[in-house]
Amino acid sequence: MTNLKQPLVFLAQSVGLALAVVVLNFLLIQLAPGDPVSVIVGEMGGASEEVIAQMRAAYGLDKSVLEQLLIYVSKVAVGDLGYSYYHNSPVLQLIMQRLPATVLLALSALTLAVVLGTLVGVLSARKPHGLLSSFVTVVSLIGYAAPVFWTGLMLLLLFSAIWPIFPTSGMVQMRAPKGFMYYVDVAHHLVLPAVTLASIYIASYSRLSRTSMIDVLSQDYIRTARAKGLPEGKVVYKHGLRNGLIPVVTMVGLQFGQLFAGATLVETVFNWPGLGRLAFESILRRDYPTILGILLMTSILVMVANALTDLAYRLVDPRIRSKRA
Amino acid sequence: MSVVSMDKSPSVAEPAVVLASKPQNPQVEALLLFLRNGTAALGLSMMAIIVVMCLIGPGLYGIDPYAIVNVPFAPPGTPGALFGTDFLGRDILAGVLIGGRPTLIVGCVAAAMTIGIGVLIGCMAGYFGGWIDRALMKFTEFFQVLPALLLAMVIVSIFEASLLTITLAIGIVGWPQAARLTRAEFLRIRDLEYVRATRTAGARDFYLIFNTILPGALPPIIVASALTTGGSILFESGLSFLGLGDPNMMSWGVMIGQNRNYLLEAWWTVSIPGIAIFLTVLAISLIGDGINDALNPRMRKR
Repeated sequence: MTNLKQPLVFLAQSVGLALAVVVLNFLLIQLAPGDPVSVIVGEMGGASEEVIAQMRAAYGLDKSVLEQLLIYVSKVAVGDLGYSYYHNSPVLQLIMQRLPATVLLALSALTLAVVLGTLVGVLSARKPHGLLSSFVTVVSLIGYAAPVFWTGLMLLLLFSAIWPIFPTSGMVQMRAPKGFMYYVDVAHHLVLPAVTLASIYIASYSRLSRTSMIDVLSQDYIRTARAKGLPEGKVVYKHGLRNGLIPVVTMVGLQFGQLFAGATLVETVFNWPGLGRLAFESILRRDYPTILGILLMTSILVMVANALTDLAYRLVDPRIRSKRA
Repeated sequence: MSVVSMDKSPSVAEPAVVLASKPQNPQVEALLLFLRNGTAALGLSMMAIIVVMCLIGPGLYGIDPYAIVNVPFAPPGTPGALFGTDFLGRDILAGVLIGGRPTLIVGCVAAAMTIGIGVLIGCMAGYFGGWIDRALMKFTEFFQVLPALLLAMVIVSIFEASLLTITLAIGIVGWPQAARLTRAEFLRIRDLEYVRATRTAGARDFYLIFNTILPGALPPIIVASALTTGGSILFESGLSFLGLGDPNMMSWGVMIGQNRNYLLEAWWTVSIPGIAIFLTVLAISLIGDGINDALNPRMRKR
């Protein structure tokens, strides 16, 4: 019973959350100065009263606010996120074009941060007062305190100007190579942005996994594992790490939203053609349909990420799994 | 943490036992521990220097940060321009000195707002429980799903960008963490004996929330406040870097944003304001670490 009920409740709650985001979007449109028609008219360079009235009717702006909300919600429900007049294209299509680049950047950065951070954290947990531990503390303080866009600019300065081994901007060269070399080129462009974005999180993951591992390694079952003669590597990485990783998994889920926020800044610095830069450019152009579409899409991505974290949780932590079965 | 909150709770149920071992006043003890802590002292003195420089620095230095005083891109060490000049020929040091003001003000006020909203919502949810808790937590979850920077960007662009709107935007998007933290503390404390005793003595909800439970919940909230302040400063500089800050105000983020296209010709225009942000946030997180250690019962040696 619970096996079926839980996912259903979860689904219903997620739909509710998404609906709330849609309503918020609608409210933000209402708050925005000038209705969309006057914005379009302004960009067209003026129009007659008649045309304006016609357009208002076409967009349903002559109806009551509540009716407009219903129209908006029903449109979003079928995937119609509106139309960007600047790009002359449906918002959903625009977002879908930019989404892969952001996902690539965010996932590479997250993977880098989790793997590197956890590794450093675990290594330093084995010697809580060693040199590596102090190093972790210092690095995590630095990683937290440096603004991510500045870190990006400094890396650009170091590795694109002073020692030019990485490209300064974009995702591929002007003349994009074909086939396998295309992926190599993208990877080459990806290094600096991904390292920059990861820099904020490497610190927090190394610190978190260090604390968690120190805690886990002092527990009884670890002493038992050692006492029965298991090799130290197996004790730490097989018995210890499994429990030590749980807070890390939690953190991954919690940070997903922030990851996209950081991506906005990093994409702007490196001219990475992703969703974040699209959002930034759209804000400068006051292209509200696009911005709000991105806001909705990002929220949905965060919800999906949360659901995946929940799933990962069950895989890592047997206690939760058994409770559910 | 639990030992601290017992110590700090109003002396309703335990004075007789505690007096027997004659400890120092816990607040005083925590303060002493905090001051004796090396990192905290370092952070505190760094912060003091930064604040003083922002307050009186522009007056002492005397160069108008908005005025063109030299050739563009004068490198650091140029006579009359210690840190060099930017793409217009404005003095970088003057900009760094004045640019700390909006950053610090927005950072602190926004952090106060974040913590205020978060604590209030967390208190209500944790104290009343039931449907109030569920509703407030759904509300919190909603804000956690929204991408903070993006939402702040939208808010700032819909309303005119000014110190006020930026502060409001950061406050509105930042509070969920504080709310969750406060709620968790309230859930832990609300059924402790001293709270029950106060309730039996006839205290009302308002008194119980703010005078009985909240003091016990404060230590982790204080630590979180330090982190939040640092976060708000980073947030503000991110917004100003993107050019969404107050257009009439020089701030560290604005300086980096305006000069970023000239990074390769004039590294100092971007590096120096960034170092200012870095040092400020570093100082705040050192202070936060210090408070954490001072309030952590495991660090107390009796």
